[in-house]
Amino acid sequence: MRRNRTRFLPVAAGAAAVMILAACSSGGGSSSASGSSPSPTNTKPLIIGASLSFTGDFSADGQAFKRGYLLWASDVNKAGGVDGRKVQFKFLDDKSDPTQGSTNVQQLITSDHVDMLFGPFSSLITGPTATVAARYNFAMIEGAGGAPAVFDTPSNKARHNVFDVSYPIVDQFDPLTTWIKSLPAGQRPTTAAYPIVNNPFTIPPEQLAQKQLQAAGVKTVYSKILPMELPNATSVADQVAASNAQAVFLGSVDVPTVAAFMKAFQQQHYNPKIFAATAGPDQGAAFLKAVGKANATGVMTANGWYGGYDNPQSKAMVQEYIAKYGGTASDINSDVAEGYGVGQVAAQAIKATGGTDQTKIIRYLHSGVTLQSVQGPVQFNSLGMNTKPVLFVFQWQNGNYAQVLPTGAPGSGQIIFPKPNWAG
Amino acid sequence: MGRELYRAIVDGILYGGVYALMAVGLTLIFGVLDIINIAQGILVVLAAYLSYVLSVHLHIDLFVGLLVTVPVMFLVGVAIQVLFMQRLRGRERTSMSLLASYAVMIIIEGVLYLAFGADYVQLNASYVNNSVYLLGFYLPYIYLYGFGLAVLLVIGLYLLLYRTGFGRSLRALMQDQTAARLVGININRVSALAFGIGVAVTAVGGMVFGATNAFNANSGYDLISRLLAIVILGGMGSIGGALVAAVFMSVTEAIVDIWSPTWSVVVFYAALVVVLTFRPQGLFGQREARAQ
Repeated sequence: MRRNRTRFLPVAAGAAAVMILAACSSGGGSSSASGSSPSPTNTKPLIIGASLSFTGDFSADGQAFKRGYLLWASDVNKAGGVDGRKVQFKFLDDKSDPTQGSTNVQQLITSDHVDMLFGPFSSLITGPTATVAARYNFAMIEGAGGAPAVFDTPSNKARHNVFDVSYPIVDQFDPLTTWIKSLPAGQRPTTAAYPIVNNPFTIPPEQLAQKQLQAAGVKTVYSKILPMELPNATSVADQVAASNAQAVFLGSVDVPTVAAFMKAFQQQHYNPKIFAATAGPDQGAAFLKAVGKANATGVMTANGWYGGYDNPQSKAMVQEYIAKYGGTASDINSDVAEGYGVGQVAAQAIKATGGTDQTKIIRYLHSGVTLQSVQGPVQFNSLGMNTKPVLFVFQWQNGNYAQVLPTGAPGSGQIIFPKPNWAG
Repeated sequence: MGRELYRAIVDGILYGGVYALMAVGLTLIFGVLDIINIAQGILVVLAAYLSYVLSVHLHIDLFVGLLVTVPVMFLVGVAIQVLFMQRLRGRERTSMSLLASYAVMIIIEGVLYLAFGADYVQLNASYVNNSVYLLGFYLPYIYLYGFGLAVLLVIGLYLLLYRTGFGRSLRALMQDQTAARLVGININRVSALAFGIGVAVTAVGGMVFGATNAFNANSGYDLISRLLAIVILGGMGSIGGALVAAVFMSVTEAIVDIWSPTWSVVVFYAALVVVLTFRPQGLFGQREARAQ
């Protein structure tokens, strides 16, 4: 088989040259994918470009995503690469800025001529960068852009190039609100607060949770949108504490915001029965480092993955991660799994289509095929949302990141309710 | 509503103290040296990391640790002045200082990333998480201490500038470098000491910042624009002005937060523009400072 491939190399090279000439003479139409044409003889490195946040507000997430991408690359390269091609990454720092992210994606496609694009961190940056990718008919396979705003762009509706391997974030608090509604009236929180950082990732799930709980009779006592660059979270947190809400749903995108609220609550001697955040508590050891192990107990978040997830691929990844970076399963940032899952989905698409022709990859990913990842099954709808996500609610319990909801689901343990008092 | 307003004013005054601690060094350096130190934000973070190392690895109390971090930051300041700023001459000195301090910022940020990674950390002590019930509110000890330190620092720097021989040299330098040199003042030495003192006081701001916020090597970016706004509003070079402006900023934001946190920053910057329209030199600045 190897020999046969080699014999066809000159022919393939000639065909590729003709295709390149044809593409050039057509005026660089956007429909021509810049990825390599499919060829079984292609043993060049598979160059994957990604704009990630190595500086700025999302730098901790960006670094975790990079670990996920590199861990996946290391695994596939050990196994001979993707379709025989060794994976190499070209990373650019978007400084947590959507404009810089768009510039980076443009550069990755037009100057660096990458074969594939992997997504950045956060819906805020994924949306605009996916629009740039759509201009060049590149698939944007990503793991951290689950907000409706990412899928509902005109470019995605036209090109259908976004593929989010994680869960659609609008449903993030569904298991938690369902559980709250199931509580006996005497135990159920009667009031709730929703301080929400202005971000496409935070607003949809918070508003849905508020709507669901209000319908169940849980009165809203605080609901405000906070600026993305929150100058003083303590001032807002003090207002939430003054509202004395029994449940707090914090729409956050990072650890510092959650840490600031927790500290202010503690200083105000205010301890809600339920404290859940959209992001921050999911960052494993990075979260504990900032808030302290004892204070974290009782804090909840929802996500599609955790270190103890009962999935063979996930277990293998967790072992490799610990072997490489140390720590425990609870220490692993869920960004790592989201990044790893992006690589897995991309690899399956490349293998199935026989190359990196972006049109074929986009068509394949929209074919209804169910793919496997460390986060569980992945199947995309017409806008690239994962229609088969798993979604859990997690709670920090004495330094362990424990799955507690959905109730009765495999792996769900006992929920600590009400949240214990701050440790001091 | 009255109680909320009262609470916002008290909160704003206390948070203002933290910002003043971070901003006085910046205004001192500008006042004496005409240097706009863009690296001030990352120097705050550097000081916070120094406190973190002493606290977590050597179990030294945050305030006791200042006995180490203040001298270390002083040496860092002297080094920055000697290695980067002293070479800047001529009419473009102030604008070139922006570039030089930006380079310093990038270098320090890179070193901090290498040393500590991207994960956020926070300083902890019993007084960081606890509060005292006063005037009908829980007031966090760390903010009370921070505000007290800010007032003490402003008084200390005032005494240094106006009641010592070294202060006379500094003020001579502020007024006219050439004349100062002619009367025998060693410009390079006084400049290095001034920069060192400016950065040394940042050690205190860094400690309180680290105790009130989770931070990583990147956190300096969010700080610098706010610190510059405080210094401009207070009057570039005015130490007392920095304290007043920091309190004004924090109180304004805390009050607006009651209605709409989204507008709090906008309202502060709008107020800044209004003040500068009528007083281009800031609340307490001198016209000459703006003319530079």
